[in-house]
Amino acid sequence: MTAQDIIFYLLAAFTLVSGFLAVTTTKIFRSAIFLLFSLIGIAGIYFWLEYEFIAAVQIVVYVGGIVVLIIFSIFLTQEAGSNLPNTAMSKKITGGLAAVFGFGFTLLQVLQHKFTGTTEQGIEPSVTNIGNRMLGVNEFGYSLPFEVVSILLLAAMIGCIVIALKKPVEK
Amino acid sequence: MTGIGLTHILVVSIALFFIGVYGFLTRRNMIMMLMSIELILNSVNLNFIAFNKYLWANKMDGLFFTIFIIAIAAAEAAVAIAIIINLYRSHKSIDVEDASDLKF
Repeated sequence: MTAQDIIFYLLAAFTLVSGFLAVTTTKIFRSAIFLLFSLIGIAGIYFWLEYEFIAAVQIVVYVGGIVVLIIFSIFLTQEAGSNLPNTAMSKKITGGLAAVFGFGFTLLQVLQHKFTGTTEQGIEPSVTNIGNRMLGVNEFGYSLPFEVVSILLLAAMIGCIVIALKKPVEK
Repeated sequence: MTGIGLTHILVVSIALFFIGVYGFLTRRNMIMMLMSIELILNSVNLNFIAFNKYLWANKMDGLFFTIFIIAIAAAEAAVAIAIIINLYRSHKSIDVEDASDLKF
């Protein structure tokens, strides 16, 4: 077992344990912090896979953006120190069974399937290559989805403002 | 080449996906459900990156899918939190069991 393997196992264990704690802990603020650690662990796995750009995007968008947004909304909507109401035992059993059986069946399929990939020379996922592909209009370009996502983000921004806007008080 | 291959990463990603499913099924708080969805989306991203690296290294499709999923997830989280805050304003609760009427 090389050092690289050990680092992968450590990252995977860190991600899964903090992910599991995030969905089982009773305090909602702790749950958000565990989610933060889980997302950092996934960014570590991306670094391990040598996809540095995706890892940086993961840290900037998820860790720096979405988790901060979630913590902000926790402060706006409830007392951060209070316990969440306990979920019913029947619900826990149903959810646990669904998760365990789903995990088992999917694992069975993955372990039985024989993956055959390409043997061609790979493209390095560097920022130069990503940028050229992202704005390219030739055969392998992604400029149309790029524009569609831009419009989606604009629509989401306007939608958020409209939804969360305070109704003016009637005089 | 190390001993860790595609299957190891797929197992991590499946486990993370079903942790998210468990959280989504058991928690009744809307912010907790949103966090579970983020876990599920992250496991899907991990899957795309693993397939891109180990099977189709000559293309960059998985990488671009991941970038677009991250962008869409950010938009989705922002809209969901706007809806949750609006719901809290009208119902004083963000439990899904309390949000049973369609009119506000």
